[in-house]
Amino acid sequence: MGTAQILFWSLTALALISAIMVLVSKNPVYSVLWLIVVFFAISGHYILLNAQFLAIVNLIVYAGAIMVLFLFVIMLMNLNTETEPQKSIWMKFFGVVAGGLLLSFFISFVISSADLKGKSAQLKEGEIGLIKTLGKALFNDYVIPFEIASILFLSAMVGAVVIGKKD
Amino acid sequence: MQHIWIVLGVLFVLLNIAAGLIWLERRMLAMWQDRLGPNRAGPLGILIVLADTLKLFFKEDWIPPFADKWVFITAPAIVVASVLMSFVIIPFSPSIIVSDLNVGILFFLAMSSLGVYSIVLGGWASNNKYSLLGALRGASQMIAYEVFMGLSLMGIVMLTGSFKLSDIVNAQKDVWFVFKQPVALVIFFIAGVAETHRLPFDIPEAESELIAGFHSEYSGMKFGMFFIGEYLGVTLISAMTATMFFGGWLGPAFLPPWAWFFIKTFAFILFFILLRASLPRPRYDQLMETGWKVLLPLVLLNLMVTGAIALWIRG
Repeated sequence: MGTAQILFWSLTALALISAIMVLVSKNPVYSVLWLIVVFFAISGHYILLNAQFLAIVNLIVYAGAIMVLFLFVIMLMNLNTETEPQKSIWMKFFGVVAGGLLLSFFISFVISSADLKGKSAQLKEGEIGLIKTLGKALFNDYVIPFEIASILFLSAMVGAVVIGKKD
Repeated sequence: MQHIWIVLGVLFVLLNIAAGLIWLERRMLAMWQDRLGPNRAGPLGILIVLADTLKLFFKEDWIPPFADKWVFITAPAIVVASVLMSFVIIPFSPSIIVSDLNVGILFFLAMSSLGVYSIVLGGWASNNKYSLLGALRGASQMIAYEVFMGLSLMGIVMLTGSFKLSDIVNAQKDVWFVFKQPVALVIFFIAGVAETHRLPFDIPEAESELIAGFHSEYSGMKFGMFFIGEYLGVTLISAMTATMFFGGWLGPAFLPPWAWFFIKTFAFILFFILLRASLPRPRYDQLMETGWKVLLPLVLLNLMVTGAIALWIRG
């Protein structure tokens, strides 16, 4: 087992354990912190797949900006165990069923796919995650979807401002 | 083997600079404000560094019983770790660089955006209303100024065509980027001051309103970590300004490259201290308004003009 393999498995374990901790933490602030750890582990996977740009952007956007806003909101809401609304047993039951179905779907997909079998890390292979190739692909082949997505973001921002305004 | 020596050397130099800045800042502040400053311990009072650090180490390391213990302990570590990680990409000279990443600037932005967690978590875990107010201010201030900081550097990336810091330094052989991107320099530096939450933008700690803001409850070496993190942040922003806008290690050959780098960096550190000595603190809403209504349009305009000119020159 090479270094890449060891890194891959430890990152995988870290991602899975922290993802479970996100769910089982009683305190919502702890959930957010564990989610940040998940993003770090996934960024590590991106680096193992030779996609440095994706790894860094994942850190900047998710760990650096979105999760800070999450924390911000959760701290302001002052959630704690006493005020947390209790969900009914049926909600939990159906949640487990739906989540389990989704999980089994993904597992069957991974098992049946020949491309994914026995592959973990691809150091120095493939170039799609590098800035140059990604930029060229986005602005040549996918320029229209890219621009539409940016207009969608802009309208979402304008919408948030309009809704947030008092009258 | 050489690699390990570079890492250890950079760490050693940085931590000593951060400690030495305690003395430098207090002496310079005193000079500019017509006071004497620390002058008792050792020549020119330089042993104040030793006295201050010893005092921090021997103070009781108190964790308030009402605080959230683990988050309280983690917060000061995050600030030092994230700033030290940023130094990975700083080229001190052509050969002294820990790792010349091909996503260098983005790595710097990612690490500086992680620094905000120390403020938010430290303020939240202290379980104190002044700390929480400081944390909320810090979060919104740093998220806002991060945006301008990133955008102000993108003009340079356009001109160089690379995120690598060594490429950016080499692209300044003829003309420093300060002459090509003056607006970006001003915005980057303002954002840098806001990111390190130094005076005049030390609104998260504003001692006249919030006691000590997010680190009100911290004492001993945990407070020392925030302190060292702040000085390391000042050094980092100064080093980045020198690298991005003032040619980094480039300079006439009578001095070695690393000496040029340190001279430029120290010039900006002194400028940081001068800002602290001379400027009053703005109000919180003024800071946010200036950011979003003045700096953001300016930086976007700068980006568009740079892009247009770069395209026009290349034909």
